Amino acid sequence: MKRLKAVLAVLALVLAFSGTARAGEITVYTALEDDQIPVYLKSFQEQHPDIKVNIVRDSTGIITAKLLAEKNNPQADVIWGTAVTSLLLLDKQGMLAPYNPKGIERVLPQFKDKAKPARWVGIDAWMTAFVCNTVELQKRNLPLPKSYADLLKPEYKGLITMPNPASSGTGFLTVSALIQLFGEKKAWEYMDKLNENIAIYTHSGSKPAKMAGAGEYPIGISFGYRGIMQKRKGEPVETIFPKEGSGWDLEANALMKKASIKPEAKVFLDWAISDEVMKEYNKNFAIISVGKDNPVPEGFPAKPLKQLIKNDFSWAAENRDRILKEWNRRYGSKETK
Amino acid sequence: MKGNHRPFGTDELCQAALAGLFLALLVLFVFAPLSELFLKAFSEGDDGLSGFGRFAGTLSDPALRLSFWNSLWVSMTSSSLACGAALLTALSIYRTRMPGKPLVRGLALLPLFAPTMMHGIALVYLFGNKGLVTGLGWNIGLYGPKGIVLAEILYVFPQAFLILSAALEISDRRLYEAAETLGAGTLKRFWTVTLPGLRYALLNAFFSGFTLSFTDFGAPKVVGGNFNVLATDIYKQVIGQQNLSMGAVIGLLLLGPAVAAFLAERAVSGLHSATVSSNTVPVFPSKNPLAEFFALSWCSLVGILSLSVVGAVLVAALVKVWPYDLRLTLDHFLFRNVAGYGLESYKNSLFISVVTAILGTAAAFGGAYLVEKTKSPRPIREAARFLALLPLALPGLVIGLSYIFLFNRPAFEFPGGFSLKNPLHVLYGTPWILVAANIVHFFSVPFLTAVTAMRRLDPAFESVSATLGVPLLKTFRRVTLPLCFPALLEIGSYFFVNAMVTISAVVFLYPPSFKPAALAIVNMEDAGDIAPAAAMSVLLLVTNIAVRAAYGLLTQRVKKKSELWLGKERKEYAAA
Repeated sequence: MKRLKAVLAVLALVLAFSGTARAGEITVYTALEDDQIPVYLKSFQEQHPDIKVNIVRDSTGIITAKLLAEKNNPQADVIWGTAVTSLLLLDKQGMLAPYNPKGIERVLPQFKDKAKPARWVGIDAWMTAFVCNTVELQKRNLPLPKSYADLLKPEYKGLITMPNPASSGTGFLTVSALIQLFGEKKAWEYMDKLNENIAIYTHSGSKPAKMAGAGEYPIGISFGYRGIMQKRKGEPVETIFPKEGSGWDLEANALMKKASIKPEAKVFLDWAISDEVMKEYNKNFAIISVGKDNPVPEGFPAKPLKQLIKNDFSWAAENRDRILKEWNRRYGSKETK
Repeated sequence: MKGNHRPFGTDELCQAALAGLFLALLVLFVFAPLSELFLKAFSEGDDGLSGFGRFAGTLSDPALRLSFWNSLWVSMTSSSLACGAALLTALSIYRTRMPGKPLVRGLALLPLFAPTMMHGIALVYLFGNKGLVTGLGWNIGLYGPKGIVLAEILYVFPQAFLILSAALEISDRRLYEAAETLGAGTLKRFWTVTLPGLRYALLNAFFSGFTLSFTDFGAPKVVGGNFNVLATDIYKQVIGQQNLSMGAVIGLLLLGPAVAAFLAERAVSGLHSATVSSNTVPVFPSKNPLAEFFALSWCSLVGILSLSVVGAVLVAALVKVWPYDLRLTLDHFLFRNVAGYGLESYKNSLFISVVTAILGTAAAFGGAYLVEKTKSPRPIREAARFLALLPLALPGLVIGLSYIFLFNRPAFEFPGGFSLKNPLHVLYGTPWILVAANIVHFFSVPFLTAVTAMRRLDPAFESVSATLGVPLLKTFRRVTLPLCFPALLEIGSYFFVNAMVTISAVVFLYPPSFKPAALAIVNMEDAGDIAPAAAMSVLLLVTNIAVRAAYGLLTQRVKKKSELWLGKERKEYAAA
């Protein structure tokens, strides 16, 4: 009898914890920064107190890998604020459902899918920047680098870190931007020289910024948002957007293709590009997908749209394997000095 | 109940059934997910390559071959060094009369209690370009193979120490006395009695350490610089390029050492004979000031190193902005405005770890008993042993992925249009899948600990009970369990602390709104909140220390009890 009770208790526990999302409840996968999510979600919860939102948050790479691994039985209803390069990968596998959220006409054409109805819609853009430690550079009497060309100067040798494009989206975005800026041949010549100055290729996109902040290596090729946040937290860093222009990626939303698509998922996607939440995105990002005249947070270039290079996402997606192969052949097993 | 009359009575049947059940569980939770991984590796991927083409391409890739050799020598080096250090420490504790043993034991295990993430952060704070030690003028050049070896030693040392301790825990004093009577000096006794008795445990410790560092990607990711190893290659494929099939291929390559370790274990287990019999006399080291001096100096060194790692984490948690604003603050412990849900995740981790410890201990210990001591059919036992050791070779990342493949499958399709609902699917998206993944991920070392402890028990216990017609389960409850109680507690606390700090397997599996604390640490670190990440690590560390302390108190009481029992025999032996 005792044993039966124990078994029943365990079963009850299992049932209590088995949580597939029910009606009025959606599961949202996102790569947005963890501390931003509750701030953003506030207005959604005010407008739709009856909809429960389960958030699964992780870095872009992990979220994308999880989505792909779950391909045959998707758990997510909505993808929110995840790199568009990842969404293109999912789209290629037919995992996204077309949907035009309310107000999509406000989104600038380069920030949404060209297909109609759209399979992804951008919310904000982030871009390549150098995060530099002012204290460490001053110690060595070195000026801040202002352009890609500056990074080749011999005095920066061994002081620069950059994300490995095979491990990190930010790394790939930087390499693909260089190729789109300078053309293939010149870009590889440039990277051959840059390779001489690089101390470490890191595995995550924010790591170079963090290493710069901690003074481990004073110059990190990373992305703007990271460096600006670190400065707000009191680290002695300056975020520099290269003169030649920045590579960039979008944080975008999409609807998952499933046997039954919940109406709540569409409600969420409508809200996710509404003015209320765009205002909040704008506090962290200079570029939001709906506006040319939005205010620019401190630390970003005054005309952020001008900083963006012409970035062809589908070209980058198609050529990714080839570029990574070449990159690995040239720099993949660089000796640590 | 007279088992000695019948060749295969109810008792044997019961044993065989239990062993079969153990094997079935292993098949379900170890073998089945791996077969899904195999399918993935050999199925046509996004790159349009078929499985064998991809395998061939992978094996001929020079970059990958370099990673393989790098992984190999780095793991050999770390594991040998860690085992050497662990052996010296364990010998100091169990074979000398050095003072302060409980403290040394605690300090030796300390690195086990911190999330591995923190080993990396601590090493950077100590030996990085702006590190404390580097600041004193000693730059070891952390980023690269040196950093990886250092981090892996930190990771492997406590595990090797646990295995060796379990083996040294019970040894027979009569062997030493016999050697002494025959005129063997201290050194000779060490070579002829101590080492041979430890052979099995040493090899186990080495292989465990080797596979642990061979498959770990945390350390190479944080301090590896540009030094490529296989584990980071998986990371690049899966997380960097979302090429799951390719990740599965490399995951399979990582299985190589597991198979090698298993074969090696098989080969040496023949060398081993029980050294603890039913009339064993525990070792009480004699006084030897020289040995005590050396033991104490060595253990102080180990203690200082392990304390400095924890110290660095504390500094990280308490300093405002490292290394530029060194004022102290407790703010980071409030987890205000940081990623990862703060204290909520800590509660989640507690729940998962307690359940993992209870179920894991039952599975590992019961399983080891069924494999070692019962007369169930040999093929069942051998298959179970193999599957129990296999998880040692599985990187957490691979476990996580294969668990998604298996558990998220709604049904199994068979040729002929027949399909079967997947009974495991109910676990997906619940905390229970985390428990299952944790138990599997950390199964091998506790299993080996239990096996080692049991091999040191005289098989006479079982044969005597069989002759007397006592059911084996009764012998298990009355003799094996009490004698192995310290090992049992050891296993439970091992599961607990590992479940508290693990990242790699659970990162793919945690359900929405149930994030474990170790993942919250990663999220905080990701968001640049290093100090709160360190603060959470300190919290986990303190919890784990509390659990270990409780374990220490419990074992002491148990030891006193069993010493009463052994003590009686000892007196009889001394009188004889």
